[in-house]
Amino acid sequence: MNNKFFHHALYFSKETCIGCTHCMRVCPTQAIRVRNGKAELLPNRCIDCGECYRVCPVDAVKVEQDDFNLIYNYKYRVVLIPGVFLGQFPEDINQQQIYSVLIELGFTHVCEVETGAEILKSVMADYIDENLHIRPMISSFCPAIVRLIQVKFPSLVNHLIPLKQPLDIAGFYAKQLLIKQGAEQDEIGVFYITPCAAKIAAIKSPVGETQSVIDGVINIDFAYNKVLTIIRQSKSKKFPSAKESNLSPESILWALTTGESSVMRGRSLAIDGISNVIEFLEQLENEEMSNIDFLELRACDESCAGGILTSSNRFFTSERLRNRAKSVQHPAERNENDIHNFREYLSKHFSIEKIKPRSMLKLDENIGSALEKMKKVNELMEILPYVDCGICGSPTCQSLAEDTVRNETEISRCIFIQRILEQKGTFTNEESVKIMKEIWGEGKLDKDLK
Amino acid sequence: MMEPMHLQYELEGGNFTKAGFASSEIKKVLKQLNVDAKTIKRIVVSSYEAEVNIVAHAYSGIINAWIDNEKIVLHFNDKGPGIPDIEMAMQAGYSTASPAVREMGFGAGMGLPNIKNNVDLLEINSEVNKGTLVKFTIGLTPEMN
Ligand SMILES: Nc1ncnc2c1ncn2[C@@H]1O[C@H](COP(=O)(O)OP(=O)(O)OP(=O)(O)O)[C@@H](O)[C@H]1O
Ligand SMILES: [Mg+2]
Repeated sequence: MNNKFFHHALYFSKETCIGCTHCMRVCPTQAIRVRNGKAELLPNRCIDCGECYRVCPVDAVKVEQDDFNLIYNYKYRVVLIPGVFLGQFPEDINQQQIYSVLIELGFTHVCEVETGAEILKSVMADYIDENLHIRPMISSFCPAIVRLIQVKFPSLVNHLIPLKQPLDIAGFYAKQLLIKQGAEQDEIGVFYITPCAAKIAAIKSPVGETQSVIDGVINIDFAYNKVLTIIRQSKSKKFPSAKESNLSPESILWALTTGESSVMRGRSLAIDGISNVIEFLEQLENEEMSNIDFLELRACDESCAGGILTSSNRFFTSERLRNRAKSVQHPAERNENDIHNFREYLSKHFSIEKIKPRSMLKLDENIGSALEKMKKVNELMEILPYVDCGICGSPTCQSLAEDTVRNETEISRCIFIQRILEQKGTFTNEESVKIMKEIWGEGKLDKDLK
Repeated sequence: MMEPMHLQYELEGGNFTKAGFASSEIKKVLKQLNVDAKTIKRIVVSSYEAEVNIVAHAYSGIINAWIDNEKIVLHFNDKGPGIPDIEMAMQAGYSTASPAVREMGFGAGMGLPNIKNNVDLLEINSEVNKGTLVKFTIGLTPEMN
């Protein structure tokens, strides 16, 4: 299988990892195992949601990031900022200050990601209307959710709306605007300030398209610290006034929970938080819910305001964006450079290819062999303790049984099984110590007890 | 021919909170067996309807499922009032559901017709005042359908 397909923005630092299982326990797709005292990622299962990043007690979960100096490969350097980036900053800092500091940092143009939503909202609403035979339709906004559906809910992939998201639309718009003003295509670099790892993965290995329009990513915490430092250090300095954004309130709120669902026609639901989403999708698979038109599903609590890379408290970020949306004077003035004037050009770029399932659940391609394996799993489950302690290096007893049947581990890694075997005299203490060291490394067992 | 895998679940009449549990468990198994999504949908929809019928209309029930590499066979066996006229019960829109059951969003009279549309083989036996046995079979590989 093509490796690029499973590109992940998250990785574990072997030096930092202390092998503690926090990440393994919270991973919603059971994509983590512990081997040799370190967490390991199973790339086919990881959806880049970042739950592991949130719980790691030693910051061993890393999010890749492009070298900032990459921006200087381009003559025109556009930074695409999501609304939640502005929402990171305390109230005494205004949008214009942030814009001008971004220019000071080396960018030549600043564009808000949600500009893309200005166009997308009607395109998406029309798409939902035109596809009445698929209900409910599910937004492809959150890349972690798209991947979740691919690996865990393959029967629902055809519910995903195959349209590009505000980020890509804004990227195409920014490039086309500069081209119209005389720039060459390859002189333009578009960089995105990302609140999460899933967006990075989506840019580096997009689902449903071959290459992303985005040329690089900058993590929101990195950008926030840079910008805030400059603003705080230059208190007295006057910032040149950048032009006001003319985003509509709906677009400003797009990346927050109910941002999409409140704009779509018909009956819509908004669900945030990965476990809430999983619970809902389980039910959606079982029942007909054809009376729901649209589902907005977001992996993070409070949607992008709760992105794993954000610095500000997610509730304050939401509040700031909601206040900003309230203060918008309408109707905003439009000029010739407005995204609405690029509608025709952008419409050629809206659709993405059909999103394909890539189920991680199957025990085997062939039903007969899968059935044989499942019987073995069930036999193993009869002797396993149902404690889900994780000492074997797999997240649950069930996953140990499945990993064993897939020949990826051994049932004797279970400490309960080890005790049972010791009682029977078929297993020695040396053997169980050796196994424990294989899972947890030497350090955890070589200790002096007083 | 391989020995089929057997699954069993118990159901209580009137407990709507639990209705859907068995179909959900069966779905998990079928996903692991790499059964295609459309077939899983047909199985889950039919078993869900049969499950809800026990909860809505009977007192208690047992669900048995057998899965081999070609098909799934499901038996929904309940103790309950039975169905006096099966042919009538099979008609779309026919329902004796109580107002309380309708309140919960069931009782459109579409359950049995829905099952019939989704399964490959269907057999219903019922004895009034004793109970009902709904049996159906669905092929697991698309070419069997
Ligand atoms: N297990 C059962 N025991 C007793 N009666 C049943 C049973 N299953 C179905 N029936 C009878 O058959 C009728 C039709 O069943 P069907 O499932 O088609 O519709 P429903 O259950 O009334 O409504 P819906 O399934 O649309 O919620 C029921 O109203 C009931 O009278
Ligand atoms: Mg029914």
